[in-house]
Amino acid sequence: MRFQSPESVDEAVALLAADPEARVLAGGTDLLVRLRMGDVAPSAVIDIKRITEMTTIAQDDGGWRIGAAVPSAEMNETAALVTDWPGVTEAADLIGSTQIQGRATVAGNLCNASPAADSVPAMVAAGAVARVAGPNGSRDVPVEDIPTGPGQTSLAQGELVTSIFLPAKPENSGSAYLRFIPRTEMDIAVVGVGITLTLDSAGAVTAAKIALGAVGPKVIVAGDAAKTLIGTTGDDPALDALAAACSAAATPIDDKRGTAEFRRDVTGVIAKRTARIALARAKGEA
Amino acid sequence: MPKDEYQSRDFRIVGTRPVRPDGIDKVTGKARYGADMTAPGMLWGAILRSPHAHARIKSIDTSAAEAMKGVKAVITRADFTYQPESASLADVLDNCMAGEKARYDGHAVAAVAATSKSIARAALKAIKVDYGVLPHVTDVDEAMKPDAPVIEAGRVQENVPEGYSENVTGRSQYGHGDPEAGFEKADLVIERHFTTAATHQGYIEPNACLAQLGADGQGEIWVCTQGHYMVRNTCAGVLGLDAGMLRVTASEIGGGFGGKTHVWMEPTALVLSRKAGKPVKLVLSRDEVFRATGPTASSSIDVKIGMKKDGSITGATATYRLQAGAYPGSIAFLSAMCGFAPYDLKHVRTEGYEVMTNRPKAAAYRAPGAPMAAYPVESVIDELCQKLDLDPLETRLKNAAREGTKASYGPTYPAIGLEATLKAAQSHPHWIAPLGENQGRGVACGFWFNFGGDTCVSLMVNPDGTVSLSEGNPDIGGSRASMSMMAAEELGVDLDQVRTVIADTASLGQNEVTDGSRVTFAVGLATIKAARHAIQIMKERAAMTWGIDPEAVDWRDGAAHPAGPNAGKFPPMTIKEIAAIASNTGGPIAGHHEVTAEGAGVSFATHMVDTETDPETGQVKVLRYTVFQDAGKAVHPDYVEGQFQGGAAQGIGWAINEEYIYGEDGRLQNPGFLDYRIPVASDLPMIEPVILEIPNPGHPYGVRGVGETSIVPPLAAIANAVSRSSNVRLTSLPMSPPKVLAAMKGT
Repeated sequence: MRFQSPESVDEAVALLAADPEARVLAGGTDLLVRLRMGDVAPSAVIDIKRITEMTTIAQDDGGWRIGAAVPSAEMNETAALVTDWPGVTEAADLIGSTQIQGRATVAGNLCNASPAADSVPAMVAAGAVARVAGPNGSRDVPVEDIPTGPGQTSLAQGELVTSIFLPAKPENSGSAYLRFIPRTEMDIAVVGVGITLTLDSAGAVTAAKIALGAVGPKVIVAGDAAKTLIGTTGDDPALDALAAACSAAATPIDDKRGTAEFRRDVTGVIAKRTARIALARAKGEA
Repeated sequence: MPKDEYQSRDFRIVGTRPVRPDGIDKVTGKARYGADMTAPGMLWGAILRSPHAHARIKSIDTSAAEAMKGVKAVITRADFTYQPESASLADVLDNCMAGEKARYDGHAVAAVAATSKSIARAALKAIKVDYGVLPHVTDVDEAMKPDAPVIEAGRVQENVPEGYSENVTGRSQYGHGDPEAGFEKADLVIERHFTTAATHQGYIEPNACLAQLGADGQGEIWVCTQGHYMVRNTCAGVLGLDAGMLRVTASEIGGGFGGKTHVWMEPTALVLSRKAGKPVKLVLSRDEVFRATGPTASSSIDVKIGMKKDGSITGATATYRLQAGAYPGSIAFLSAMCGFAPYDLKHVRTEGYEVMTNRPKAAAYRAPGAPMAAYPVESVIDELCQKLDLDPLETRLKNAAREGTKASYGPTYPAIGLEATLKAAQSHPHWIAPLGENQGRGVACGFWFNFGGDTCVSLMVNPDGTVSLSEGNPDIGGSRASMSMMAAEELGVDLDQVRTVIADTASLGQNEVTDGSRVTFAVGLATIKAARHAIQIMKERAAMTWGIDPEAVDWRDGAAHPAGPNAGKFPPMTIKEIAAIASNTGGPIAGHHEVTAEGAGVSFATHMVDTETDPETGQVKVLRYTVFQDAGKAVHPDYVEGQFQGGAAQGIGWAINEEYIYGEDGRLQNPGFLDYRIPVASDLPMIEPVILEIPNPGHPYGVRGVGETSIVPPLAAIANAVSRSSNVRLTSLPMSPPKVLAAMKGT
């Protein structure tokens, strides 16, 4: 196995394009575990942490560009980012433990393509866009279009995600992410819900994006559920309708982490609780 | 009164909280655990395991693996050339390396030793096993049915009634009186069915050893275990070696909880070493620990209890069906003994069924059999209290066993501490603290036998007067601290003058494993007597120096004194002064004691817990927890409190989230700490330990074992709290969110 540390995106792309068995190493919190368990045996490991543009967080066009090798702890240490996109940073703050967060990246969380990835529904709800570099140059892809199923992505041979772009935070908007786990921490989402919503001056919802994690083979953008909020103030009847729509949008299966019925029920419960936090943040109350 | 029986006294060191002697090494990483030892020329071992729950092994082709560079030995069952006569040793052998068939997902079928871990792993992939897959059964009730797939025929004991499959290998019965007549007198009788899941001991350090075995039959093992004498004896028995030729040294141990009172892979490491001619290190992965080292049994239980309106229990029965895993086991009889042990009953009957299934061989886990015994009994008592509008503590006090009670499992109790724990619970502020919405409070009692067993201790007085103490039990819960404290107490010296080590199997006589909460009691007793032996020798040396009769010498404050004015006027001789001239007074000074300790003293606890259940998700949060337990005498209270808290923490995990989950294919689906959910720190409240001290008459200082009883009450205490707050009686563990939510919704 070769270990390579390119210092530019072009170099990384060339290495990846030349070797279909190579794997990208960002934080390594998924890859190293799978290597140790014998699940994967790549011919090469390409470390992207020497590529400067992939290790920085920068303000860009009113929004935020987060390099693919930026550890989630660093996101939470960037106060202005936490102020703009608390839904995303609180999701990043749930990945593994404090020690893991010193390494784990949200781009890696995305490309690992686990249906239960915490940061993914939060990024989708925020309207995040992944920048993908490859042999044919770079392209911007909505985050929800990167994973295609458990462990599968839409990235082509030789492509890698170089950064995640979080757009400028709309005025009077709020974001939140909540998950359900059987424990209190150090666990994997049984249900995860990311919500971003925007209010008008009267307190009515004018825009909403809702993403569901761990209740389908990939993150689910719950469009019908978002519509239930539009024009409402997020009062109890509105949130009940939201819960019902989110439960209906979920496509869970029975597995060791819970029955399908339980997951559908809890999807609605968690959606309601997430929406309450997002509403409070949009009003500047939290 | 003989001096070795309990005498009330004021202690100088016992009962204080000195800094633990193993602490610095453990927090700085210097302590050597099972996987930390290396040897020159050492090879890495690895084990190939069956992916099938039940399969005939038609053939194994190891030729490709053997041809690989760096592979020094490949073994299968054919390399275990000795077949033990004893059925239990034959079972250990077959569990270490499958013979004719693989009996569970994870059963070892071959092993390799290679010059690196990665070569060993690659070699496993090159071994070709031809399996003939057989029907399997992993559920205890299914396994009992007459048409169930049979794990092994011909193992049924005579006491098993007809009508079951051959997987039911044993049945036990306990009790007295006529329960049916008792039920007639009751105002309310409740009968319920309960189930509990298999739970793993969850020790943080995976099993590991470094083994060497030569062609001459001499061998050594460095191993993480709860009993290196057991490892020696079992390995010798399984491989047909002389025990005296094997020297086994125990490493530091990162948890065991009963799971390391068995041999899982040490014979495999020895056979690999014998074949390769090199030392072999074998370290299990977490996946292997879950799949192939014993969890405790899962269970299916029926309990029936009758009660009068005044709270008195008129009759009680229980049937315990426990899963033994892939070999005949015996834990259900312990459940049948423990279930009603806390109560004074006229009419009681219990029975236990031992049932084989296609799961790993069930192992001891902290008070084996007792938690699942108490859970249904304490649940039904709680429900009776609810329905008869009775106070659950008062009702338990009314029925509590006390000195002179004939226990449901036979014996008559001496002085015991159950009433004291119940009264302490009644008067604790926790009992009257207000509860909020969706919150409930549960109480439950628990019992454990405690054990003594074979024990040897040597106490050496060094030339400078310091003391070296050797014990033969791995220090799993603070025994080095406790032994040093008891030795210093008895000798009358400062604690820093005594250092305790865990000796290897060649240095002391036979020692029972660290089980049954026995060590502080039994090794402590032997330590005190070894100290008294050394004191007797030192008194003789002083007497010789002074030219008086040894009977005229007293020992106090770490020195020999003339017993009285008639003995003569001599200044005291300290231990240092006596040690300094030992070469001139008869030679080195050492005391020792060998005993099969009896009088361990049964143990009782009462637990109280507050929980809050999320009505929308079924998630249970533990808010407040208090443990009331009798310690006899707490030698080092920090460690006693740690045992109380640790047992409660493991019980909380067992009650709420921990379970072995098997798929339709009979394979374990959650062999890792992600989906096998032991509690993390944030899942637990501060667990308040309340130590009660009702001296054990069988120990010079009154000590009782404390390690196990604390895991007995939590399952029921939490189930009672959750049932009361959610208005539905929960009868299946774990009380995981999907199960609790479904119960609350009545689906």
